[in-house]
Amino acid sequence: MEIIKPFSQYLAAMLLAPLLPGIINRVKAFFGGRRGQPALQLYFDLYKLFRKTPVYSRTATWVFRAGPVTGVCALVTALLVLPFAGRPSFLAFEGDFIFLLYLLGLARFATVLAALDTGSAFEGMGASREVQFAVFAEPAFFLGLAALARVGGQTSLSGMFAALTPETWRVAAPVLALLTAAFFIVLLAENSRVPADDPNTHLELTMIHEVMVLDHSGPDLAYILYGAALKLWLFAALIASMVLPRRTGSWAGDSALFLLAVLGVAVAVGVVESVLARLRLTKVPYLLITAFAFSALALIFQVGR
Amino acid sequence: MKTENLSSFDMPAADMDPALFFETAASRLGAGGRTLAYFAVPEGPEHRLVMAIGFDREGRVEVYSCRAAGPSFRALTPSFPQLHLFEREIFEQSGLKPEGHPWLKPIRFNTPGAVPGVADFFTVHGSQVHEVAVGPVHAGVIEPGHFRFQCHGEKVFHLEIMLGYQHRGVERRLSAGPDARSLHYAETLAGDTTAGHVWAYCSALEALAGVNVPPRAQVLRGIMLELERLANHTGDLGALAGDVAFLPTANFCGRLRGDFLNMTALVCGNRFGRNMFRPGGVNFDLDFALIKELRLRLQDTFRGVENAVGLLWETGSVADRFEDTGVVSRETAEGLGLVGPAARASGVPLDTRRNFPYGPYEDFTVSVSGSGDVYSRAYVRWLEIQKSAELVAGWLDALPEGPLAADCGPLRPDSAAVALTEGWRGQICHFALTGPDGRLRHYKVVDPSFHNWQGLAMALRGGEISDFPLCNKSFNLSYCGRDL
Repeated sequence: MEIIKPFSQYLAAMLLAPLLPGIINRVKAFFGGRRGQPALQLYFDLYKLFRKTPVYSRTATWVFRAGPVTGVCALVTALLVLPFAGRPSFLAFEGDFIFLLYLLGLARFATVLAALDTGSAFEGMGASREVQFAVFAEPAFFLGLAALARVGGQTSLSGMFAALTPETWRVAAPVLALLTAAFFIVLLAENSRVPADDPNTHLELTMIHEVMVLDHSGPDLAYILYGAALKLWLFAALIASMVLPRRTGSWAGDSALFLLAVLGVAVAVGVVESVLARLRLTKVPYLLITAFAFSALALIFQVGR
Repeated sequence: MKTENLSSFDMPAADMDPALFFETAASRLGAGGRTLAYFAVPEGPEHRLVMAIGFDREGRVEVYSCRAAGPSFRALTPSFPQLHLFEREIFEQSGLKPEGHPWLKPIRFNTPGAVPGVADFFTVHGSQVHEVAVGPVHAGVIEPGHFRFQCHGEKVFHLEIMLGYQHRGVERRLSAGPDARSLHYAETLAGDTTAGHVWAYCSALEALAGVNVPPRAQVLRGIMLELERLANHTGDLGALAGDVAFLPTANFCGRLRGDFLNMTALVCGNRFGRNMFRPGGVNFDLDFALIKELRLRLQDTFRGVENAVGLLWETGSVADRFEDTGVVSRETAEGLGLVGPAARASGVPLDTRRNFPYGPYEDFTVSVSGSGDVYSRAYVRWLEIQKSAELVAGWLDALPEGPLAADCGPLRPDSAAVALTEGWRGQICHFALTGPDGRLRHYKVVDPSFHNWQGLAMALRGGEISDFPLCNKSFNLSYCGRDL
């Protein structure tokens, strides 16, 4: 029976992830004095896209077709090691946070290869930008997770977050605050949100992530959109578990609190997008270097504690 | 010969010996003149070259013309880059070849056998140089145009803009007039510049017919033109904010632009100001109730714009994107003969309302901002919004009494007239020539976009390719106005 809880947690994450972009859009609409699209819009879009026939360019190879599937598979697998509400995940082993990082890397690699395979100038440009910014985003994320591992003395994600309690916030507040800030910046950059990227623009020349997936259609596009939602969920869940370590004894209470916190992260993203302009492309690395510095400081504080 | 904005003159008086024509043109352009129009008029099997030069400081217009001798003529582009598109246009329309033109290629592809976009492009070679082609079909619902970037990584070495997909032959159609359709063609020369173009068209006909437009009609025309400017500038500032993903301004400016358009509709029944102008005057009047309503709406909407646009200047993240992006120096702006907000943002104090005053404009002061970047082009728009709102409010308070229109009689035969107006995008020049029968023999339209597209290309030089949409929006030029 012990398998039911992790399984339902996993299922909840998979099912609820597409809600987050909807929440962000609603927050932005609220700030703009509009009603905005339905919060469930992405579910409708996915349903629509899955019924469509994909269109492939004559010059694209299997690499192009494999990209979206590989990407979404990598993220579905990554969610396996992601703890839910501080409870152990489906799969947990020593050093699984490195496994998670590599899965994210694999998803990126597949998307970039598929983009390059189209031979389009736009997509090549997007791929170049994506990889360039990943160089700054990945170390920030990796170092942050390493600091978190030091905090709990555990190297599995489930262990790290299980060791995190409200007590930890009392003794290691600077470390956790720095990590929260670093992860939030990485979330914005990795999920093509303002100020790193503009998810709403139709202008290919300014895009980073969106421009790589311009040629995908039908179910392939659905995989990409769903994968993006899962990725957003993944980062939001990490931040939520960190900001609100469990305190009630009941599984249901913890889960509800956790879900609220995840939605809270989405609202925060929406607020950031409503009040900030996007950064100049050349300045995005500075933002990510800031995240890296936060992570590095957190690690130093933790080691010296 | 010397003339001025909105006065007709005998065309033969401008005639010169060809050799003298080019000497004079070069010396006048060298003395600070700016090309208003340069085109070829068919005369039997031959062609006549006509150039109108404006002297902004003195508010003077000079027109020179000569019979084109032989199949080619001397290109002045190498010394005066502002002529480059005019000479290419002459080449395309008349077949006269400008000898020595550095980049002679079609601009509208309207000759038999020409296919839009099929021509040589400037290329840069090198192992790390890559080319990015954008358009003519774009991701947004905008007009078609083709853009080729020669890039090194994210840096743009060169941008070549190829247009011509929107050519409708509207100039040729106007040359056969005036007839029942002419006015409607003039209203739609560039879809968002109804008042600007139709005012120039009416003024050209009025000058040729020798009609004085009643003061009340002049002021009503002014109200329409300034409302058009308010709507477009507000929309542009919103779009600029949208391009840097700054939602607070972007969200509100779209609605506020609509409010200005609705005010236009309140006057003449059409949101884009169609059907308001007619040669001799205007078609619709304002009564007391309408004036009151317009005044209230203007106040309300202007306050809204003040709030929404104010955020642009107060937000650091926006300033960081706008400043030093797409810089066009004053030398470049003057060399290319840029007009409108684009020129004023580079510090060129050119505004037809001041330099060549017409209609209801008196003692107008030009809004200039000096840095030539996107910030400057945005800020000039805001200065102009304030000025236009002030003008409209003043006119609504003191609308002169009198008739709405004067009778526009037959046009003087064998004459010509230059009509300049300041559309929201910049100076509009219409050049009308009549034949011996008193009908139009040739009609030339120069939209501000015709001058300014090259400015956009220069703004990108050495810049970031990801800044192109932002720079493009800061110019916001017309494709169909340029392609006609």
